[in-house]
Amino acid sequence: MNIIVCIKQVPDTNKVEVDPITGVLKRNGVESKMNPYDLYAIETALRIKEEKGGTVTVITMGPPQAEAVIRESYSLGADAGMLLTDRAFAGADVLATSKAISGGIDLIGDYDLIICGKQSTDGDTAQVGPEISEWLKLPSVTNVTAVHEITDTTITVTRELPEATEKLMLTFPCLISVEKDICIPRLPSYLKKQATKDREIRFVTLKDLRDNSPEGYGLNGSPTQVQRIFPPSVNDDREMWKGDGSEMSEKIAAKLKELKFI
Amino acid sequence: MICEKCYKYFLDLIGDSSRVLYADAIIEEYSHDELGGTYSKPELVVKAVSAEEISAVCKFAYEHDIPVTARGSGTGLVGACVPVCGGIIIDTTLMNHFLELDEENLTVTVEPGVLLMELSKYVEEHDLFYPPDPGEKTATIGGNISTNAGGMRAVKYGVTRDYVRELEVVLPDGRIVTFGGKIVKNSSGYDLKDLIIGSEGTLAIITKATLKLLPLPKKTISLLIPFPDISTAIKTVPAIIKAKCIPTAIEFMQKEVIEDAESYLGSKFPDSSADAYLLLKFDGQSTKEIEGYYEGAAQICLERGAKDIFISDTAERDETIWKARGAFLEAIKNSTSDMDEVDVVVPRSNVSEMVEFSHKLQEKVGARIKCFGHAGDGNLHIYVLKDDLTEEQWKEKLSDAMDEMYAKAKSLAGEVSGEHGIGFAKKEYLNRSLDPVAIELMRGIKKVFDPKNLLNPGKIF
Repeated sequence: MNIIVCIKQVPDTNKVEVDPITGVLKRNGVESKMNPYDLYAIETALRIKEEKGGTVTVITMGPPQAEAVIRESYSLGADAGMLLTDRAFAGADVLATSKAISGGIDLIGDYDLIICGKQSTDGDTAQVGPEISEWLKLPSVTNVTAVHEITDTTITVTRELPEATEKLMLTFPCLISVEKDICIPRLPSYLKKQATKDREIRFVTLKDLRDNSPEGYGLNGSPTQVQRIFPPSVNDDREMWKGDGSEMSEKIAAKLKELKFI
Repeated sequence: MICEKCYKYFLDLIGDSSRVLYADAIIEEYSHDELGGTYSKPELVVKAVSAEEISAVCKFAYEHDIPVTARGSGTGLVGACVPVCGGIIIDTTLMNHFLELDEENLTVTVEPGVLLMELSKYVEEHDLFYPPDPGEKTATIGGNISTNAGGMRAVKYGVTRDYVRELEVVLPDGRIVTFGGKIVKNSSGYDLKDLIIGSEGTLAIITKATLKLLPLPKKTISLLIPFPDISTAIKTVPAIIKAKCIPTAIEFMQKEVIEDAESYLGSKFPDSSADAYLLLKFDGQSTKEIEGYYEGAAQICLERGAKDIFISDTAERDETIWKARGAFLEAIKNSTSDMDEVDVVVPRSNVSEMVEFSHKLQEKVGARIKCFGHAGDGNLHIYVLKDDLTEEQWKEKLSDAMDEMYAKAKSLAGEVSGEHGIGFAKKEYLNRSLDPVAIELMRGIKKVFDPKNLLNPGKIF
């Protein structure tokens, strides 16, 4: 069972400041980290590997320093890693990103399962996973909340949709995007970090890809035009209520209904 | 007894009937604290909003010989805020305002009812840091100062006392006085501010506090270190301290307490491979800087039998570990019918012996005893659980267990309480533990502040 996990390096903050004049994210001085959603994807892969054997390979696209998330994957238990890094990939939207990553996956070859996190915490689109499956012409399932039986040729998963829960069987090779809380991700191991500090990372540039014409990648290959970036409005409205238990419980129930939470 | 006439007097004085509670209007919570072992109902509750109000209440009470007890959120564990002699409770939770952030002197001035979690959030928004970090984040700062609360960063940063610059207090007779100042050094006479800190509301009522702040460390990294057993884990701690790598916290935890926390929180801990763990936290300005600090500690742990070292370097990872750690007390409480606690502190080199002793004690006294705590500062939280014992059996076994543990702590050169205080519940043990001369001096100090013994009477000694 060979598994590929798609990962991304994101800013390590939940308070990304936006330059009010240029509309550009201020990333200076902000440390980076692995996209938290991807940790669930890696954990899912490692658990399948522990049960069924095989390998876990991580793939990411980004500047050379994105190597850090591959190193981190090694300290979690991943076996190999690929970093797509090239000026030609810069400025990519979801389409160009998924194309580049699909190209990388094509180079890795021989895989059964691709696992993605639900979305990234900086882009929040949740589209790269399904688009990779389109490029690679694979079946894909998003919103996976549980992995059940795995045979030599199939995987059975649960997916949660807003109005339904589905249990689906997919044939390998295929792609799944896993939800947060599918499992509790393990922590990076110091021993594994030491043991893998010299492990190779495969760096891939545009010219290494099978389809290496620059038009389809980076800013050139991105139909998405970002018009404006602005910080979300923060809502810290508060209401204070007083009353006894039964009054308060009725009030809360009414409010939750009004807000359509129940 | 506080009569109707007195009630009317306080009603006129405060001028807001929702802030003066009398007789049946007093909710049950005012009769006990978090642990509930000490129980006594107040006759009147005043929810004060200013030092002047507290002063006026105290003045009247002093003239009419009515006991007065100050209370914050009531999260204490030794009954310090319970009015064991009846009388008036002054509830300070409405005095919860931030009065000043002085970025030139690095201080924040707050009213006593500000909650610890509000304080840390407020200063951190300004890139500043209030280091004391007791587990109970809904405690008020007034309560924290009154017990000299310690918390999880004591190893590197010290305790509440180290961060109090100035206190405004109301004396038992109603006089308002300020001790200390926004000054870094002070050699001007007896330090009365330091006498108030940790006095559990027996000398004066805190109405305003100016606290020292530090620049906020930009990054923290925790190491969760699995060990084959608790003894191996704790015996490693002195070596870590000796290596001078200065973590902010060194906590120890055992599988069974972690499992209690998992079922209490309904979420899993990130590792379950070991029977015992050390949890080390480091802070600094960058990942690289902190990696330099923990390298030495990591090597020491591995040499001494750690199975691995897990690195928690993001807020999400920290949450899965520290949320569990923060829930230990509630989780243990949830796992049994009743419990009582021991908050002893011993020299750090003796922690291992104290923990092993409390483990073996389970069999000897015939009650479950659970333990977790601050291995790095020698402060242990040991809980004796009632489970299915009858009331009579429980009292007897609890008393045996307490006697044994306090005697052991004393023999290891320890003290009765590291951070929870003495209050009402631990008086007997303090009396046994301290030199009678020290107790006599404490009584003398109490007499100077409170000659009529009306402020939180019946506490500490």
